[in-house]
Amino acid sequence: MGNGKVKLSEKAQKLEKVRLVIIYIVCAILTVLCLAPFWIMIVNATRSTTAIQQHAISLIPSTYLKSNWDVFEGKDFHPFVGFFNSAIVSTFSTMLAVYFSSLTAYAITVYEWKLRDAFFSVIMGVMMIPAQVTMIGFYQMAFKLGWTNQLFILIIPAIASPMMVFFMRQYLQGALSHEIIQSARIDGAGEFYTFNKIVLPIMKPAIATQAIFSFVSSWNRLFEPMVLISAKEKQTLPIMVSLLKGDIYKTEYGSIYLGLTLTVLPLIVVYLILSKYIVAGVALGSVKG
Amino acid sequence: MGNKKTLNYAKYGYIFSIPFVVAYLIFNFYPVINTFLIAFSDLKGAKTDFNLLTGDIFANFKSVIHNDLFIKAFKNTIKLWVCNFIPQMAVALLLTAWFTDTRSKVKGQGFFKVVFYMPNIITAATIAILFSTLFACPVGPMNDLLKTFHFIDKPVPFLDKPNVAQNIVIFIQTWMWFGYTMITLISGVIGIDPAIFEASEMDGANRIQTFFYITIPCIRTIMLFTLVTSLIGGLNMFDIPKLFITNSGPDYATYTTSVFIQKRAFEGTYIKNEAAAASLIMFIIIVVCSAVIFYLLRDKDEVAAKKLRKQALKQAKLAKGV
Repeated sequence: MGNGKVKLSEKAQKLEKVRLVIIYIVCAILTVLCLAPFWIMIVNATRSTTAIQQHAISLIPSTYLKSNWDVFEGKDFHPFVGFFNSAIVSTFSTMLAVYFSSLTAYAITVYEWKLRDAFFSVIMGVMMIPAQVTMIGFYQMAFKLGWTNQLFILIIPAIASPMMVFFMRQYLQGALSHEIIQSARIDGAGEFYTFNKIVLPIMKPAIATQAIFSFVSSWNRLFEPMVLISAKEKQTLPIMVSLLKGDIYKTEYGSIYLGLTLTVLPLIVVYLILSKYIVAGVALGSVKG
Repeated sequence: MGNKKTLNYAKYGYIFSIPFVVAYLIFNFYPVINTFLIAFSDLKGAKTDFNLLTGDIFANFKSVIHNDLFIKAFKNTIKLWVCNFIPQMAVALLLTAWFTDTRSKVKGQGFFKVVFYMPNIITAATIAILFSTLFACPVGPMNDLLKTFHFIDKPVPFLDKPNVAQNIVIFIQTWMWFGYTMITLISGVIGIDPAIFEASEMDGANRIQTFFYITIPCIRTIMLFTLVTSLIGGLNMFDIPKLFITNSGPDYATYTTSVFIQKRAFEGTYIKNEAAAASLIMFIIIVVCSAVIFYLLRDKDEVAAKKLRKQALKQAKLAKGV
C-alpha cells in the first residue's frame, strides 16, 4: 500500500498512535480472558485444597499434584480408561470418516453417473439434521440390537459424514486433473488402485485439515456417548468430566482442577503444535462454505 | 469405443458411494424414521416396543407444546442464542476491522488468532464444569478476585441467581465462538479484491466509511453463513447448559430444548415419544429459519448471477454474429 499512503499531519499521526494503543490493549484483555481460565485450572491442579480455599487464584504452581492425583484412587475416577476409550473412538472414527468421505467425494467428482447430482443434493440437504433428531431413534435401534455400551457404535457411523464429503468434493474439484486419472487408466491401473495410490496422496492437505477437525470434534463429543454408553469401563473423557461435578468432589478442589486439566491437556498440546494449520483450516472451510 | 468406456466407468461412481450410502441408511436415515414413528407412538416408561397412536395422532406434539417446561426451555434457548450471537458478531467484526486494516498493520495477528480460537477447540463439557468451578461459592476464583479488589465483602452465590447463571452461559458461548467468527470473517475480507479498497481510499473514504460501505457488504454472504451455522448450533445447544449447573440451576434458568429432549428421553421417566416429538418440533423450526435466511441470501445473488449469465449469452451471440 506504499504508493497510496498520504502524508499525515502531526495530529493525525498522534491519533493513529492512540488508535493502535487502544487496539493492543483490547487484544491484550481478550488474550487474558481467553487464557486465564485455563491457566487458573492448570495451576490449581497442582495446589492443595487448603491453599485453594484460602485463595482460589494463584499464578504460581505448587507441589500438590501427586496428592491431588491420589484422591482419584478412592473416588472411582479413572482418567486413563477414559483417555484410552476416547483415543480409540476418535482415532478410528477419524480414519473411517476421512477415508470414506474421500472415496465418496471422488465418486461424485470423477465419475458421471445418473444419480450423481441427486445424490450430492441429498448430502447437502442432510448436513443440517442435528444429532438430537437422530438420537432417540438411534438409541431405540441400538438397544434392540444390543449395540449399546459398545465403542464401535460411536465409531462406525463416521463412515457417513456428509459435511466432510462436501469439503472433500470442494477440494477435489480444484486439485484433481482428469489427465492424471486418464494416464493411470492407460497404464492399466484399476479404479480402486488409482484412488488409493494416486488420488489419496493428492488429497493429503485436505485430509490433514479434515482429520484434525474430525478428531477434535469426536474427542469433545458428549451427547452421543452420554446416551449410548453407560458402562463405566467404556466411558469416554467428556463423560468422565461430567462425573467430576458429583457431590463426592465437593471438598476436593485440587482434584477437580486436576481432572479437568487431564481431559484437555492432550488437546491443548496438539493445538499448540498444529495451531497454524488449524487456524488456516477454519479460514479455508469458511471461504469454501 | 470411447462411449462404452465412460459407461463402464460410471458403475464405479455407484460402487464407491456404497459404503457411505449403506452407513447413512443404517445410522442416520433409519434412526430419523424411527424418531419420526416414535413421535407418533406410545413409547414411554419401561416399554421397549411401541405402537402407533390410533386416536389423536398428534397427542405427543400437543402435550409438548402445552408443556410449560418446554416453553420455558424454548424461550431460554432463543435468549441464550440471540444474546451470545450479537456480542460475538460485534467483537468479531471489530477485530476484523482492526486486523484487516491496510493503512496500519496490527502486529502479532497470528498469535492473537491462535489465542482467540483456543476456547473453541477445548471440550465443551470441560469448559462447562471449569466455569461452574470458577464461579463457585464460597471458594471460587471469581469470588476470590472480587474480594481481593474489594468489590464485594462476602462471597456471592453467582449460580443461585437465574439471571447471573444465564449471563455466564451467554458469556461462555460468546467466549467460545468469537475467535471462530473472527477468523471466518477475516478470511472473507482477505478474499475481497484489494483494488476496491484502494479505490475507496483514493476517493477519500475514511476507515469507518470503508468498513461499513465496502467491507461489510462484500462479506455479507459469509456473515449470513455464520448466522445460519450459529443458529443451528444455538438451537441445539446442549453441552454447556447440561453440565454448567446441576439440574439447570435456579428456576430452570439454563434449561434448553436439547436438555429437555435428553432428560425426557433418557433420564427419570423415559417419555421417549414426547422427546421425539419435541426434537421434531425443533428440527422443523431450524429448517424453517435456515430456509428463510438462505432465501433472503440467495435472492440477490441469484438475480445478479442471472443478469451476468444473460449478459454473457448476449455477448456470445453478438460474437457469433460477427
